[in-house]
Amino acid sequence: MFRTVAELVAQAEENNISLAEVMIQQEMDIYDLSRQDIIDRMDRNLTVMEEAVERGLSGVESHSGLTGGDAVLLQHYMKNSQPLSGPLLLDAVSKAVATNEVNAAMGVVCATPTAGSAGCVPGALFAVKEKLNPTREEMINFLFTSGAFGFVVANNAFISGAAGGCQAEVGSAAAMASAAVVEMAQGTPEQSAHAFAITLKNMLGLVCDPVAGLVEVPCVKRNATGAANAIVSADMALAGVKSKIPCDEVIGAMYRIGKQMPTALKETAEGGLAATPTGKALAAQLFNKQGGSVSGEG
Amino acid sequence: MVKFNSVFDIIGPVMVGPSSSHTAGAVKIGNAARHLYGKTPEKAKIHLYGSFAKTYQGHGTDLALIAGLLGFDTNDQRIPDAVSEAKKAGLTFQFVEEHTATEHPNTVRITLGDSQEQLELVGVSIGGGKIEIIELNGFELHLSGNYPAILIMHNDRFGAIASVTKILAKHEINIGRMEVNRKDVGKEALMTIELDQNIESDVEQELQLAKHILKIVKVVN
Repeated sequence: MFRTVAELVAQAEENNISLAEVMIQQEMDIYDLSRQDIIDRMDRNLTVMEEAVERGLSGVESHSGLTGGDAVLLQHYMKNSQPLSGPLLLDAVSKAVATNEVNAAMGVVCATPTAGSAGCVPGALFAVKEKLNPTREEMINFLFTSGAFGFVVANNAFISGAAGGCQAEVGSAAAMASAAVVEMAQGTPEQSAHAFAITLKNMLGLVCDPVAGLVEVPCVKRNATGAANAIVSADMALAGVKSKIPCDEVIGAMYRIGKQMPTALKETAEGGLAATPTGKALAAQLFNKQGGSVSGEG
Repeated sequence: MVKFNSVFDIIGPVMVGPSSSHTAGAVKIGNAARHLYGKTPEKAKIHLYGSFAKTYQGHGTDLALIAGLLGFDTNDQRIPDAVSEAKKAGLTFQFVEEHTATEHPNTVRITLGDSQEQLELVGVSIGGGKIEIIELNGFELHLSGNYPAILIMHNDRFGAIASVTKILAKHEINIGRMEVNRKDVGKEALMTIELDQNIESDVEQELQLAKHILKIVKVVN
């Protein structure tokens, strides 16, 4: 079993197999399942992601009314203007937004690695798909590669905003996507590791400060730029840019920062954007509207 | 200790949003409580700690815990309607926001039961929809629900553990992990045994009759 990114990369290089293949083989070993069972299960997750994006692009609104409709705006803008950041990047952004808007509306998503960060991986995947024309199998492999990196983070640090801030959640998701983009674009395992490190480095310190405690503001937009960050960092790694700090040490830094982060900035809705005048006013409005907590008695 | 064993802990679960820890994890804790209790409870009192206490309304944690107690899965589209579903099932519930600090930010204590039987457990949602049950009726334990398991209440006497492991060995059932916890010397104790396979009912009956054994709950996977 690999425990670090260094071990993951070494296993791929020594056996001359892809990172996705290392993950698939480990899953087969641990659970004594057939290759087909594992691939089929990931295929179903991919379908859930496709359906969530499709639903988001057709327009949804959350119960609170705080989020929804931005994915539609972005697609409309892309069709009718020349986006400054380029069509691929904005496509990733719109598809990440679509996924998180569906999540906020209590729709069905596939957590990657969490629901609050479910937009980064599909956002990046379905955008580069248009350019690289992968097979279904290669798209499934994208998810195994993302999962392999997430597996290391989850076991060495954390992947939830409540435990380590947004850096642990959207930070990990964006970095996972970045590593998988590199592999899909025929980069080396080592380049995947650099892409992961570059992305996560740019998310370090990011706090989890959801307005009214809802996975909406700023979560949806952080997934949007998380997906963009993933693709830009992947391009940097593919160009040969290296992270001076090794990937596993960046994960270690993220862990220590998360430990030092005050509770007010870890999904308690007590600090950051949640504590701004507008954030507090929105929270007050929403909880008045919803009439406080639910109870089955009386 | 490796907490995440599978790639599907990372790419998954497929779930109703908005939060894997506060929604999907909460469904799973509710589900674990229902399973350990053995049926739909009539009453549940749910104490929320840390981030759960601060943000449960926004994340639908309350709906998710109730949905879990009703036996719904994380991707069940009835989760948003859990309150009316509870009414239909005859479950009344109450939420209490606690302000004491806990080791993990997403902690919940559930007391449930009917006029005959009560159960109390503490669960934590550790991220990505993964959970752990850390306390059952006052006994500490570490139960992830990822593997088949048996929970055995027994008298804290010599030979109690051997009588159980002997039966498992006879049926060629391998133990993956086990722990024993007690509140006081010589009183009741709890054995938690994670297995590589689900046990059949004949094995369960044999265990039930073994020396010093009081009660068995099977966690099927």
